[in-house]
Amino acid sequence: MDAAQREVLDSGDINRALSRIAHEILEKNKGVRDLVLLGIPTRGAHIAQRLAKAIADIEGVMIPVGTIDVTLHRDDLRSRPARALLPTVIPTSGIDGKKVVLVDDVLFSGRTIRAALDAMGELGRPSQVQLAVLVDRGHRELPIRADYVGKNLPTSLKEHVRVSITETDGTDSVSISGTPAGGGE
Amino acid sequence: MKRHLLSASDLSYEDAVLILDTAEELAKLVDGPVKKLPTLRGRTVVNLFYEDSTRTRISFEAAAKRLSADVINFTAKGSSVSKGESLKDTALTLQAMGADAVIVRHSASGAAHQLAASGWIAGSVINAGDGTHEHPSQALLDAFTMRRHLRDSKGDLAGVRVTIVGDVLHSRVARSNVLLLATLGAEVTLVAPPTLMPFGVEQWPCEISYDLDRVLPRTEALMMLRVQGERMNNAFFPSMREYSRGYGLDDKRASALSPEAIVMHPGPMNRGLEISAGAADGLRSVIVEQVANGVSVRMAILYLLLGGASIEEVSL
Amino acid sequence: MSGYLLRGVSVLGEDRVDVLIDGGIISEVSKKPLAPTGVRTIDCDGLIAMPGLVDLHTHLREPGREDSETVESGSAAAALGGFAAIHAMANTNPVADTAGVVEQVYRLGREAGWCDVRPVGAVTVGLQGTQLAELAAMAHSAARVRVFSDDGTCVADPILMRRALEYVKAFDGVIAQHAQEPRLTEDAQMNEGFVSSQLGLRGWPAVAEESIISRDVLLAEHVGSRLHVCHVSTAGSVEIVRWAKSRGVMVTAEVTPHHLLLTDELARSYDPRYKVNPPLRRDEDVQALRQGLADGTIDAVATDHAPHPLEDKECEWSSAAFGMIGLQSALSVVQTAMIETGLMTWAEVSDRMSTRPARIGSLRDHGRPIAVGEPAHVVLLDPRGKSVFTLEGNASKSRNSPFLGMELHGRIEATFLRGRATVLDGKLAG
Repeated sequence: MDAAQREVLDSGDINRALSRIAHEILEKNKGVRDLVLLGIPTRGAHIAQRLAKAIADIEGVMIPVGTIDVTLHRDDLRSRPARALLPTVIPTSGIDGKKVVLVDDVLFSGRTIRAALDAMGELGRPSQVQLAVLVDRGHRELPIRADYVGKNLPTSLKEHVRVSITETDGTDSVSISGTPAGGGE
Repeated sequence: MKRHLLSASDLSYEDAVLILDTAEELAKLVDGPVKKLPTLRGRTVVNLFYEDSTRTRISFEAAAKRLSADVINFTAKGSSVSKGESLKDTALTLQAMGADAVIVRHSASGAAHQLAASGWIAGSVINAGDGTHEHPSQALLDAFTMRRHLRDSKGDLAGVRVTIVGDVLHSRVARSNVLLLATLGAEVTLVAPPTLMPFGVEQWPCEISYDLDRVLPRTEALMMLRVQGERMNNAFFPSMREYSRGYGLDDKRASALSPEAIVMHPGPMNRGLEISAGAADGLRSVIVEQVANGVSVRMAILYLLLGGASIEEVSL
Repeated sequence: MSGYLLRGVSVLGEDRVDVLIDGGIISEVSKKPLAPTGVRTIDCDGLIAMPGLVDLHTHLREPGREDSETVESGSAAAALGGFAAIHAMANTNPVADTAGVVEQVYRLGREAGWCDVRPVGAVTVGLQGTQLAELAAMAHSAARVRVFSDDGTCVADPILMRRALEYVKAFDGVIAQHAQEPRLTEDAQMNEGFVSSQLGLRGWPAVAEESIISRDVLLAEHVGSRLHVCHVSTAGSVEIVRWAKSRGVMVTAEVTPHHLLLTDELARSYDPRYKVNPPLRRDEDVQALRQGLADGTIDAVATDHAPHPLEDKECEWSSAAFGMIGLQSALSVVQTAMIETGLMTWAEVSDRMSTRPARIGSLRDHGRPIAVGEPAHVVLLDPRGKSVFTLEGNASKSRNSPFLGMELHGRIEATFLRGRATVLDGKLAG
C-alpha cells in the first residue's frame, strides 16, 4: 500500500460490518424464509457467500446463494473493449417469489445495480429486491439506495476506493487513494 | 481480439479461451429462461451469403437476434449478386446501410479477407466460410463441443486426441479446426486418402494418417467430413464404395472407439457414405449438440467483436 | 538542335566518357571532353548509359481490349521504362495469327513512335492449340515476325509443338513457349505448396511448368530448332534449361522482374495484384532464378507486362485476371534484385535486358553496344536515385501493379530511340 492510500476499514472492521448486515437482513425479513442472496461478481459474489455464512452462524440455516453477472446489461459497454463475462449462477430453487438481496462491494453511480435489476428481470420475478453493499461512497446518478450498508464513505469524485477481500486479493481491507486512476472497485 | 474474424489463426490462445468461456456463460443464460439480451441493441449485423448455407445463416441470425442486434439477410438469390454485382459494389451498399458487422459466406477463398482489407466496409467482417479456405466459427463451436465433453467446459484442449477424417483438401472446416485445435493444444490427426490431402499438408501442425482403423482406438473426438460424390470424377478416389470402405464411419468402426469418445460432423451429412446412420445417431454422437452450441459460440463472437467499443472509439 | 551530347556518362558503369548522339547514331565516344555545336548537352554526372532495353514479352491488348491498353499507351510506358523495342504478344482480339493483324500492330507502333513494336505471331490459329497459324505469312509480312507464341496458353500438343519448332526454321523464327501443362493446372490459382494449402487456393504445381520445358528442350534437340521458354518461374525449370544448354540444345529462357523479387507468401493478402501466370513461387525459386540469370542460364529479363482493367482485379482472387503491368518498374526491380544484391553488374544487366533479348528476337539494330556508328538506342539511368512509381507517372492505361506507390531503386532519366529522345528528365518527350 503506497503512501497516497489510506485504509478506512481493516479486516476486523469488515467482519463486524458484515456480521451487522447479516443481523439487519434477518431482522428486516423476520428470519430466513424465502431469502436468496445474489452477489455481483467478482467481489460481491464472495461477500454474498460470507453473508450467507454469517446468517447460517446465527440462524443455523444455509440460505441459497447465487451470482448474477451484469456485463451484458451495462449501459457503458461501448466505452471499453468487450469484457469477459463472469458467471451467473441462480440457485436451483430459483428467484420467483423470493426476497432477493443483491450484494456488491461498492455502491457508486448506481448503474451496476440498474444493470443487475435488468439482468434479474430476465431470470425471474422476485417478490422483493433489497440491496446490501460493503461501502457506499455516494455520487449516485440514479434513484437507487442501499438497504444495508457496511460503511458510508464520503468521497470526492477524484478519489478512488479500493476494496480488497481475501478470496480475490489475499487480504481484507478498504482504502481510499487520492489519485483517480488505479485498480478495480 | 482483432477487429475481424477471418481465420482461426487470427485468434491467440487467450482469445480462443475467452470466446469459449464467454460462449459457456451465454449458453447458460440462453439455455435457461433468458431468450434475449439487450447487449447489441442498435447494432446492425448483415448476413451476406453468396452461397447457400441455411444452417450457418440461421445460426448467426439466431445469435445476433438473441443479443438484440438488427439483422439484415443479403443472399445471392433474388438479389443483385446473382446478376453479377461485384463484391465491391455490394460491400459499398452494406457500408451505406451502416452495417456494424458483415458475416460473409462466399464460394471464393479469401473473399472475407478482401472485404476486411479493402476499406469498403468500416465494420467487423466475420468469415462464415470462404471457398476451401476457412470457417472459423465452425472450428470454435467444434472446440466448444469437445471442451464440454472432454474437459468439463474449462480451459483449453491440451492433449485431447482429435481425428479429422475425409476430404481435407476441399474442407474449410478442417483448415480452421487444425489451426484452432493447435492453438488450444489438442493433438490432431488427419485421415484421408492421399489424393484428398493438400499438397504441403506435412507442414501443418498435425499428424497425417491414411489408416483410419489404426487411429480410431486412441481417438477422443472423431470428426467426419462430408465427402462429395463428384470428387470421384476427378480421380480423387475410384468409387464411393471404396471410399466408404476405407474412410467411412460404419457401425463396426464406431464400436472400435473408446466409450468416452465423441463423434462429430459439421453437417450436412451423407448418411451411408462418410457416416452410417447408426454412428450418426449413436450414443457417442454429439452432432445435434454441435448445432445448438453453434448459436452460443456465435453469440460470443458477436458480443466480443461488437459488444465493446470499437478500436477507434477507445483511442478517442 | 538535332543531337545530344551525353556529358561525362558512365557507359555500363565504366569510366566516364562523352557520348555524342547525332543523325540517329552514336557519332562519337571520347574520354576527352567533346565540344560540338548545335546539340543539346545533358550533364550525365552520376548517370549510367546502357543500350536501349528490349522486351521479349509485352501485352499491348490492341486490338480488342483498348480499355486496358493500346499500342500507343503501352509503348509510351515502355519508353518510360527505358525500352527501345518491345515484342507485342499475340493474345489480342482478334488474335495476331494472320499477317493482317501483325501488320496492324506493327503500323500502330510506328505511328506512336515511342519504341519499336515487334509483333509476336500466334503459333496456332486463335491460340486454340489445334492448327498451325500461317507462320510464314507473318514472317514475310511488313512486320517481319520472328517470335511466335501462344502465350497465355501452352502449345500442349506435342506433335503440334514439334511441327512448329521445325516449321519456323525456314525463316529463322523461334517458338516462345508458355510452359503450362493444362490438365495439371485446371483452375489453378497460385503456386502449389504450403501457402496454397493454407489459403485454400487451387495449387499450380512446379511440375506443370517443368514437364513442358523438359519435353520441349528434348523436342528442340531432336529437330535441331530454336526454343525460347517464356517466364520460367521455378528452380527446377532453371535446372532443366541449364542441363539442356550443357547438351548444346538451342534453348533460351526469360524471367520476369516480379519473379525475381516476389514470393507466394504475398498471396496471403488475397490481393489479386499478386495473381500472375506463372504464379509467384517460393523463396528458394526466387534465389534459383536470380542465380540462373546471373550465370546466364536465363538469357533475358522479360516484363510480361499484362494490363487489366480495375474491375478484373478488384474482385475475388479466383475470379481475378492473371498478370501485372511491368514496363515502367522493370529496371528498378532488376536493380533491386540483382544489382543491390551484388549478383550482377550493369554490363550484365545490359546483356540480359538488351543484347540477348534483341538476339533472341532477331532484332539486328537493337541490343548493340554504345560505340561509334551504332544505332543510338540509349537509356540513361541514375542508379543512386530513387523513384516512386505513381499513378500520375504511370503511362499504362491499367494500374495493376503491386509496385505502384512504392519507392524503388534507380531512376530513368532519358531514353533515346534512333537518336531521338522519347524520354527526357524522366518524362515523355513528345
